[in-house]
Amino acid sequence: MTIDTSIVEEGEELARPSQAPETGVVSSAPRRSSREPRKFLFLRNSKAIAGMVILAFFFLIAIIGPWIAPYDPSARSDDILQPPSWEHWFGTTHLGQDVFSQILVGTRGVIVVGFVAGIVATTIGVIIGVTAGYVGGLGDETLSVIANVFLVIPQLPLIILIAGQLPTVGGVTVALVIAITGWAWGARVLRAQTLSLRRRDFVEAARASGERTWRIITAEILPNLTAIIAAGFVGTVAFAVLSLITLSFIGIGNTGEWNWGTVLYQAQSQLALQRGAWWWFVPAGLCIALLGMSLTLINFGIDEFVNPRLRSTGLNAKSLRKRGIRPRIGFTPVVYEAKEDRA
Amino acid sequence: MRFFLRRFMFYVITFWAAVTINFLIPRLLPGDPVSALIAKNQGRISPDATEALRALFGLDQDVSLWQQYLDYWGLILHGELGISFTYFPTPVTEVIQQALPWTIGLVGIATIISFTIGTLIGTGIGWRRGTWADSLLPISTFFSSVPYFWLALIAISLFSVTLGWFPASGSYDRSLIPTWSWEFVGSVIYYGFLPAMTIVISSIAGWILGMRNMMVTVSSEDYVTVAQAKGLSERAVMFGYAARNAVLPQVSSFALSLGFIVGGTLVMEIVFSYQGIGYFLFTAVAAKDYPLMQGIFLVITLAVLFANIVADFVYGVLDPRTRQEG
Amino acid sequence: MTITSPFGQPFGDPLGLPLGQPDVRTPALTPVSDPVLEIRNLSVDYGYDGDPVHVLRQVSLTLERGEVLGLAGESGCGKSTLAYAATRLLPPPGLITGGEVLFTDRDGTTTDILRLNDAQLRASRWQDLAIVFQGAMNSLNPVFRVGRQIADGIRAHRPEVSQKEALERSAELLELVGISPDRLRSYPHQLSGGMRQRVMIAMALALDPQVLIMDEPTTALDVVMQRQIVEQIADLRDRLGFSVIFITHDVSLLIEIADRIAIMYAGEIVEDAAARDVYQRPRHPYSSALLHSFPPLRGPRRELTGIPGSPPDLSKLGGGCPFRDRCAFAFDACSKVNPELVFPDVPGDDPRRSVACLRHDPAAVRAVGEQPLPVPPELSAR
Repeated sequence: MTIDTSIVEEGEELARPSQAPETGVVSSAPRRSSREPRKFLFLRNSKAIAGMVILAFFFLIAIIGPWIAPYDPSARSDDILQPPSWEHWFGTTHLGQDVFSQILVGTRGVIVVGFVAGIVATTIGVIIGVTAGYVGGLGDETLSVIANVFLVIPQLPLIILIAGQLPTVGGVTVALVIAITGWAWGARVLRAQTLSLRRRDFVEAARASGERTWRIITAEILPNLTAIIAAGFVGTVAFAVLSLITLSFIGIGNTGEWNWGTVLYQAQSQLALQRGAWWWFVPAGLCIALLGMSLTLINFGIDEFVNPRLRSTGLNAKSLRKRGIRPRIGFTPVVYEAKEDRA
Repeated sequence: MRFFLRRFMFYVITFWAAVTINFLIPRLLPGDPVSALIAKNQGRISPDATEALRALFGLDQDVSLWQQYLDYWGLILHGELGISFTYFPTPVTEVIQQALPWTIGLVGIATIISFTIGTLIGTGIGWRRGTWADSLLPISTFFSSVPYFWLALIAISLFSVTLGWFPASGSYDRSLIPTWSWEFVGSVIYYGFLPAMTIVISSIAGWILGMRNMMVTVSSEDYVTVAQAKGLSERAVMFGYAARNAVLPQVSSFALSLGFIVGGTLVMEIVFSYQGIGYFLFTAVAAKDYPLMQGIFLVITLAVLFANIVADFVYGVLDPRTRQEG
Repeated sequence: MTITSPFGQPFGDPLGLPLGQPDVRTPALTPVSDPVLEIRNLSVDYGYDGDPVHVLRQVSLTLERGEVLGLAGESGCGKSTLAYAATRLLPPPGLITGGEVLFTDRDGTTTDILRLNDAQLRASRWQDLAIVFQGAMNSLNPVFRVGRQIADGIRAHRPEVSQKEALERSAELLELVGISPDRLRSYPHQLSGGMRQRVMIAMALALDPQVLIMDEPTTALDVVMQRQIVEQIADLRDRLGFSVIFITHDVSLLIEIADRIAIMYAGEIVEDAAARDVYQRPRHPYSSALLHSFPPLRGPRRELTGIPGSPPDLSKLGGGCPFRDRCAFAFDACSKVNPELVFPDVPGDDPRRSVACLRHDPAAVRAVGEQPLPVPPELSAR
């Protein structure tokens, strides 16, 4: 797997819709001459870069984690409840298992479930959202109501209900359950966007010239939805990761499969808190936070890319303060810097 | 009025969908855990209760699916959700009745506090862009990325185990008798403070970010510039023009993300062993108490639906465009 | 009614509204200059980074009291930026990098708007100078009734006025622009586009301002509505005596309403003259080309021609005249020196008109060692 490059390619894909600013969201963006090639704008966004670097790191761990883990994560030893040391970087459990190895090995489960769920949910969301937005009329009404119903029904209890009644729950099953309950948000956003795209001139023109529907959708509409699909995908991955960890934490799923949630489940059920074994639950939580932040940062990057109004004004606050500039609406800052070249 | 009528229809459909999902899940999934439970408790369950359970979980193979569905609706509309196996032989409705006020008190109040404060902070950050307030963003990003229950673990280990300021579990001092006395209410507030704070801290980031982004978007609308051109006070422009419009999508996203938040906060109850719906759901999952699990899912969905109706009503009051005649 | 205008007259006298100043319909005939707003060497950048775009470069413009000054040019030439910068309403990343915007009150005191602090600026806004924005669709707050939106501007400047009195005043203002006062209780989405624009005009007149800036006030409207609104503005100006800066890309519309017209190109003013002069005797090649790209509403028909090429990228402007690439009369000197506003090189012209073209400025051409060329007959019509 060459994950890094695939993500970079995805980033370049994202750049496409805004070359011709048709994404709808951009409509009333401040006019600014685009001197830099906008294609690489997404990749120049520091938030997106930071997010992708962290994500790439976790991908790497997901691949090599089981090989570089210093111990078998389930192997017991006599070092019971040891705080972090050189032998056990993240300490040990009540059975003398190495927490560091558990985290390393558990990364794969988290990433796999997150991305399988993300891919499946995004596919469902794209199919339903784009169809609803493009077809319109009764079909749209029906699909929108279905999506909204799935949005309103609390997902986690539903996942618990389904997963709790399955006889055996493996990682992929959990991923599929999460995908089936979590596609609605993306579908809703995509529907709205498709609806506005459908009224654009270039789509109308394609329809008038007798292009076939599926060709209009794949050639004219989907490329302009790339950023939103990507944002939806990233959001769903984050949701799936949180759901998986929550499910594992409350003891649903195969406890033999290591992931960060099962580590927390064991810590909670073995009273790590009361025993003061902070090393047992802090690393797993920080890993979740770091992975979640990387996804959020990527989504910030996409958001700012799609909606330039959200971009922070461009430079560091310090140099602005030095020049006495406070960017705000309604009070244009005045600096007396202009050269007198035209008396 | 059409807006409200449409929304009302939507809620009817959602309620129907939730009940139908509840009906279908035990019938579609492989395995038959409930008959095993009934068999195990043979002789202890009354014939009536057995009958209800068979109808709820589709054990009557000789009855057509359609008839099963009708019977199911009959039971649901009479408030009959079967009996709980964990709290045998208490009916599910009774278990839920005991738990629900605690959840509504804790999750409901904490969510409203979080929404209000988060929206206010987001208003400020979105309005004063390019100031120190922007540095709050990365912090809130962090809090929006961690699972709620992990923050709860940290809060317990810090404030209960290490500092001993707050109790680590429970919802009131067990030595007190539940009455409307100051002592008891004080105890409830004392026990509820840490879980409530944790819910607020972990969910507030989303409101801050959402409101901040909407403020930024709305601030560049023409009517905000017009308000500045009129020479209105900063407060009037910020609240009357920018925030007043930015809060509209915030309210609709409140309605939509409520299901997600409630899901997260239920797990919080598990960590704090707080005797609400989430804690009972956890025990039901652990004991494979399917009637209780299904009943709780239905009640949670109803509660979220009700909150959605309230949010819709608020939206209708806030946005004159939804009240348009004709 | 107890509201009084800054001039001491009560609002809403039997005839309608106070007259701030006697009607000065034809300032071209009054030799004494009485400026109400003077923009001097205003420079504006877009972007706070090290490489900003200079969207306005040393622009100077004077608005006489009671005058309607038209500001015309292609879109992106900086005409709206000029209006927003002069009122300091330009949104980020706009930055005013120099110049003065001098406002002279009725009592003769002069203030530089760019040097006011926030509180002073707030107090001055709407009271001295009001704006009608482009696109009335988004200029009204969708969640408040229009009456409240007119009234809050009044009450922000006159705290002693009660809400009831402010609403009464709002009703008068609506009647003034031809809208029934019961529309006070309407929300913006219940009004048509033309009505919303009228509400905006009523709102701008709420405090009897001395200067009214109108940024493409009729662009989004149909032709009939455009005409009604323009006539209404002219009528109100006659009755109330305020001065107007009317911004549009539609020069033929300006000829209907403006006393004087300034033509902008690429962030600079290239010609500034009485409306009749611009129309009949354009001196700048761009003004001439612009006039020939619109059909005249009245008078003899003329041949319609477009302007070849497109406006220059403001971030890539070097030295020289920014119009030279599209100009039929460009010569060698045009790439060496950017012309300044001078009196046209045509004998007998109005002494107060000016043009920025090297054909009219032999001295500047000689200064860079080039041979000046005479003014072509197209630019020296009598």
